[in-house]
Amino acid sequence: MEELDGEPTVTLIPGVNSQKKQMCFDWGPGEMLVCETSFSKKEKSEMVPGCPYIHIIRKDIDVYCKILRKLFNESHGIFVGLQRIEEELTGKSRKAQLVRVSKNYRSVIRACMEEMHQLATGPLLLHLLDWVRLHVCEVDSLSADVLGSENPSKHKDFWKLVTVLVLQGRLDEARQMLSKEADASPSSAGMCRVLGDLMRTMPVLSPGNTQTLTELELKWQHWHEECERHLQDGTFASSPHLEALCKIMLGDEAALLEEKELLSNWYHFLVTRLLYSHPTVKPMDLHRYAQSSLDVFLGGESNTEPLDNILLAAFEFDIHQVIKECSTALSNWWFVAHLTDLLDHCKLLQSHNLYFGSNMREFLLLEYASGLFAHHSLWQLGVDYFDYCPELGRVSLELHIERIPLSTEQKALKVLRVCEQRQMTEQVRSICKILAMKAVRNNRLGSALSWSIRAKDAAFATLVSDRFLRDYCERGCFSDLDLIDNLGPAMMLSDRLTFLGKYREFHRLYGEKRFVDAAALLLSLMTSQIAPRSFWMTLLTDALPLLEQKQVIFSAEQTYELMRCLEDLTSGRLVHGEPDAQQLQDDDIETTKVEMLRIGLARNLARSIIKEGSLEGS
Amino acid sequence: MFVARSIAADHKDLIHDVSFDFHGRRMATCSSDQSVKVWDKSESGDWHCTASWKTHSGSVWRVTWAHPEFGQVLASCSFDRTAAVWEEIVGESNDKLRGQSHWVKRTTLVDSRTSVTDVKFAPKHMGLMLATCSADGIVRIYEAPDVMNLSQWSLQHEVSCKLSCSCISWNPSSSRAHPPMIAVGSDDGSPNAMAKVQVFEYNENTRKYAKAETLMTVTDPVHDIAFAPNLGRSFHILAIATKDVRIFTLKPVRKELTSSGGPTKFEIQVVAQFDNHNSQVWRVSWNITGTVLASSGDDGCVRLWKANYMDNWKCTGILKGNGSPVSGSSQQGNANPSLGSNIPNLQHSLNGSSAGRKHS
Repeated sequence: MEELDGEPTVTLIPGVNSQKKQMCFDWGPGEMLVCETSFSKKEKSEMVPGCPYIHIIRKDIDVYCKILRKLFNESHGIFVGLQRIEEELTGKSRKAQLVRVSKNYRSVIRACMEEMHQLATGPLLLHLLDWVRLHVCEVDSLSADVLGSENPSKHKDFWKLVTVLVLQGRLDEARQMLSKEADASPSSAGMCRVLGDLMRTMPVLSPGNTQTLTELELKWQHWHEECERHLQDGTFASSPHLEALCKIMLGDEAALLEEKELLSNWYHFLVTRLLYSHPTVKPMDLHRYAQSSLDVFLGGESNTEPLDNILLAAFEFDIHQVIKECSTALSNWWFVAHLTDLLDHCKLLQSHNLYFGSNMREFLLLEYASGLFAHHSLWQLGVDYFDYCPELGRVSLELHIERIPLSTEQKALKVLRVCEQRQMTEQVRSICKILAMKAVRNNRLGSALSWSIRAKDAAFATLVSDRFLRDYCERGCFSDLDLIDNLGPAMMLSDRLTFLGKYREFHRLYGEKRFVDAAALLLSLMTSQIAPRSFWMTLLTDALPLLEQKQVIFSAEQTYELMRCLEDLTSGRLVHGEPDAQQLQDDDIETTKVEMLRIGLARNLARSIIKEGSLEGS
Repeated sequence: MFVARSIAADHKDLIHDVSFDFHGRRMATCSSDQSVKVWDKSESGDWHCTASWKTHSGSVWRVTWAHPEFGQVLASCSFDRTAAVWEEIVGESNDKLRGQSHWVKRTTLVDSRTSVTDVKFAPKHMGLMLATCSADGIVRIYEAPDVMNLSQWSLQHEVSCKLSCSCISWNPSSSRAHPPMIAVGSDDGSPNAMAKVQVFEYNENTRKYAKAETLMTVTDPVHDIAFAPNLGRSFHILAIATKDVRIFTLKPVRKELTSSGGPTKFEIQVVAQFDNHNSQVWRVSWNITGTVLASSGDDGCVRLWKANYMDNWKCTGILKGNGSPVSGSSQQGNANPSLGSNIPNLQHSLNGSSAGRKHS
């Protein structure tokens, strides 16, 4: 979210030399892509040594939402409540309502502050660890690289990976890596086992842990001493890597600083340091450690940057300071947007003759809501903010909501519900179409069909039904029977879909031995023109077993109809050009089938005439 | 804003274009090494290269994604005088485990006699359609009538611009009040070449694209052009990358005043003009709501432009490279002080403070 007034914020992109090169870029829904390029001299490409990086630029909401998430959630509730205050309320009762809203906002801010204070020590460290893991280091791709190789323990980044895991407190995974090393080089197996044991036995805090902090403290001291002993005894002396890891687990500051590059920033350093030297840290002490970590890590090289100040303030649980720092440095629209909205409701904006009063309110709310949409779950709050922007809220919501990645079915359904509640029919159609297309390409026909039905996309439903029928012809059975059996009124969406449903019904009736009903249905599929002509041969072939039953199923009239259909079909067949061998073979099969049908129908005709003739008598 | 991730692109030559897909979970890059790479974002936010293949026999200038309603489809254009359409094939389960996917060429568009400089898919409400423009001065519009069979594309229109074309932009508006519209920019350097920006409109009666406007005030070579997304406005907004950044509004003049049946007449106004890039501006592009314009120029920066509630445009952000090395495989928290960034002294100390992030 960019600043309205004042100088533009500058974001530095590493690796790009703006003196010599330029940048190409692209917007995404929540991020920007930026990459170094050269726009001049396009015809002759200069071989550029080295490979430039692609940078993903994000809005700052990611950084402060961890800290202020609760604030966003609670204030959302207050905001919506404010919008719903009756317009007709005037005078004292209105004023009382508005004052209450203002108090609510203030109490939410206070509650956030208090909650941070109330965090137990254990969970605090766990929170911090989670936060670090979320924000720092691409462990996953490194891990994939190393584990995917032939000899993981011989991979050049093996020890880097193990170190990173230990720095992030992921000791189980680190231990697994060590066992690979133990397998690969027996000489270090003993050492690996010892270190692995130390990793396994480190007393950890876990949510819902019943032991008291004192007990934990004691156990941890014990464990710490054991590690120290190993180090002094020189257990890991012959392996510098293992020795370094042991030192890290002892919280040795020098050892941690050796890994500055892997830590990449001071707050990761802080968290690792706390994990291995003060695991039962109390919130009130956090600030001290934070400040010293920052100083040690940066080694007095530079002044702190705004982000650092925000984090320091957060570690100090000074919410006012956090918001203030956020507003200045990160241009957080939270405060400005909510305040302006409240002022607008109090009619205070207008009283200053700002004709653009309500425009400004909407402008700021749109900014804030757009920012929320960059977040994978906070977007749901954004929806309500857009709802209360009368001019551009709806269209902004339409544009944002169709960009939400539909990573799971659950998320897709959530998004669709939001659209359906607001009669955003085009967005519903588009989202369902995207999902249907994805399903078709992955050959998940049942899923494709459901989405087409929800999109009310007749054309696509026809396409998917055709696929089903094709599948049936090739494999002799239907997939997704449940879906087709329970189409209900959705069957009417397209002729082909209706045919699919009815054809499946035919098979069901046949399976239940309700032959007369099945026969009637089969015939009606052809005579009502619901069945595509290309499928008639299959239908007629399906009729054969019904013709050959002991009892007569098709009536004389029905048989005449079938005969007519057959003749209709065969008379339409023309030979195009010189038939090739395959075509001749196909023709042979065709001819045989037609012959069999003719015989079957003729026989049935005879039998049915006789049967009807005799019945009429009795 | 901050740099959340830095990914080693691994192209063997200059990268000319980067492109996000509709949801921002995939991206494509193209290069002078004649290949295109596709990257996928995992649930944890890491990016992996899932495909890399040779696409042309010359530098690839642009790569762009079709709307996901049409599946996973890319188009690329190149110095080798062709444009190509690619489709992702759902692969064997082995490939999925290894995180690889395959892209096959569905068609090659060979009508151009010169380098194809831009390729853009039309808005989705027009079906699966794309436009290319070339140095031979012709804009070609192709359509795939059957979206399930991407190997069939037909050339529907050839629009002659008379000048070497560098860029095109479709008007994204799906309003019934606006017929399909495409803007074309030319980087022709000769001073006699007048029509550097032309706007063409589709006519339902003649079934052809006809010229609606020429922006006469743009006299320098145009490198990029972009219609803004339309939030229900009756008028259009067009951004131009030329020797400066320029933003125009095009207000349709009431139909009664124009000869019936002809293209719409517009009232054209410049609402913003910025020369902060100091020299040529090479790219312009709008965010998804059309509220922020980004531009990239010779000063090696990307600038962000936004209008406030009074419709005054100004620069609200700058992305700038300082040449410092990328540390590790991921970068964190590069937000910098916002005040005084244009003052030389402070800039120096800004550079100094970011050096603190090098952790050498």
